[in-house]
Amino acid sequence: MSYLSLEKLNIAYGRAAAVHDLDLVVGRGELVSLLGPSGCGKTTTMRAIAGLLKTTSGRIVLDGDDITTRPAHQRRLGLVFQSYALFPHLSAFENVAFGLRLQKVAAAELQQRVDAALASVGLSGFAERLPARLSGGQQQRVALARAIVLKPRLLLLDEPLSNLDAKLRVEMRAELRRIQRELGITMLYVTHDQDEALSLSDRIVILRDGRIEQDATPEQLYHHPATAFVASFMGYDNLFDNLAWRPGQVAVRAAGEPGEAGTVKARSYLGERVEYLVDTARGAVKGVGAGHFNEGDRVSVLLDPALAARIGVSR
Amino acid sequence: MNNGISRSALCMLVLALVFLLGPFVVIFVAGFSADETLAFPPKSYGLRWVVYLFTVEAFQRSFVTSLLVGAGSTVAALAFGVPVAYALSRFDFAGKDAIKSVLTLPLIVPGIIVGLALLDLMVLAYALPVTWGLLIGHTTLLVPYTVRVVSASLANLRSDIDDAAVTLGATRLQAFFKVVLPNIRGGVAAAAVLAFITSFNQVPVSLFLTGPGVSTLPIEMMAYMETSYDPSIAALSTLLVLFTIVLVAFTEKLLGISKYV
Repeated sequence: MSYLSLEKLNIAYGRAAAVHDLDLVVGRGELVSLLGPSGCGKTTTMRAIAGLLKTTSGRIVLDGDDITTRPAHQRRLGLVFQSYALFPHLSAFENVAFGLRLQKVAAAELQQRVDAALASVGLSGFAERLPARLSGGQQQRVALARAIVLKPRLLLLDEPLSNLDAKLRVEMRAELRRIQRELGITMLYVTHDQDEALSLSDRIVILRDGRIEQDATPEQLYHHPATAFVASFMGYDNLFDNLAWRPGQVAVRAAGEPGEAGTVKARSYLGERVEYLVDTARGAVKGVGAGHFNEGDRVSVLLDPALAARIGVSR
Repeated sequence: MNNGISRSALCMLVLALVFLLGPFVVIFVAGFSADETLAFPPKSYGLRWVVYLFTVEAFQRSFVTSLLVGAGSTVAALAFGVPVAYALSRFDFAGKDAIKSVLTLPLIVPGIIVGLALLDLMVLAYALPVTWGLLIGHTTLLVPYTVRVVSASLANLRSDIDDAAVTLGATRLQAFFKVVLPNIRGGVAAAAVLAFITSFNQVPVSLFLTGPGVSTLPIEMMAYMETSYDPSIAALSTLLVLFTIVLVAFTEKLLGISKYV
């Protein structure tokens, strides 16, 4: 059941990454991520949906309403920017009230709705602060409140967490998910961070050079990458023919054990495990050590086909 | 060694200050002379020539003209320059670089040429009233200043706040007035002060565009000096310097414009 659908969308616009024949469907209440490296067209797609970029051809339909050529200010969508894009001269309260004031909402209702929005992002005590006096995380919460207070038909989020530090980012993921559930709001989430996409999304669409590589649930994507590109993006560092292994699925053991012979080229300590880059007859292999080795040591690596993901199969 | 360097640096600083401030000191002192003719240092002091200024009708009339032309051309240059600066900073379009170059032309081309061209093209060709010629001429001259100063303050503003306003339901125009303009207030004020002072002190362009009965203050001062050599010009210069200082200090206090110029 489609709520938002992009039909054969083409965008070729100045400096923005191009998008080619993009077909995408998002169901009501779903949280879908557009995932891909920079320049893959994910932000371009989102800006086009918001009406900030012109499409070359194709259609954008939201809840049965063709908005392809509708001016941005009439689309009734929310957009949360990577840079927060708060209005520096307005307090948190006035930032959130901005859209309501444009709609000429009556004072009492405005007060109540802004208070509720600030409360829902945990910023009740910060209404009078100017953005410059809020932390990055708080600014992002104000940006979120500013978008959701208008009850948008669709909330677009453009790498909203990438300017936050690692710990806060994980906290905010859970927070976003909670707000999404509570409001039943449909979200399209743009990110280049696969962990973020995996942990947040109902569905993930991987983009590469303006085209869809794979559109699947996080589980499908993680275990059954459709293409070599998706596999490597999902952390399958070992790709041989149609088989892909994550480093964790490859055991590096003492020479003589079953597997292929090789020489340790590099060693990286990752806390709970140690990854080795091993030169073998079929190329460089990345695996996890079952024992301690040094650079130059002869070892054996086991690439077990039973553990491998088969690219493009059973998706 | 280190001491030697800092001593010579100090000497340079003092020299620079003497060069910059020296003329002001001379004018300031000479302005309070009570002598018959302009000389430095004066033999006697008094407010005689300051008082005299207010009896010269030509100075009064041209001062008002200068104020009106300065204010009018500043407003016009802002009305033109602010939208241009905004368009240049926010949108990509064909010929953008060409427009930027054209906008710097009045800064590079000698004022005499600008004045002559305007005289030929507008005032004579269309028989414009003198005041209109002055207004248009000064506006042409001021636009590069307003565009540049406003552009500088726009460059410090995140470009996506107007996009954010639009997604919240504002038209592009509303986004500009509600979100962009309040955040570049200081830059606009700085541009206005700079433009007004530039117009007020302008000689070469005005030289061609002033006409019978209508003259700006600097032109009137030049004309006066050709026939009389009394200290009244020094007195007037002193008042003008004080006027400028007060204007700049006031807007600086109000809006902190110094970071934009």
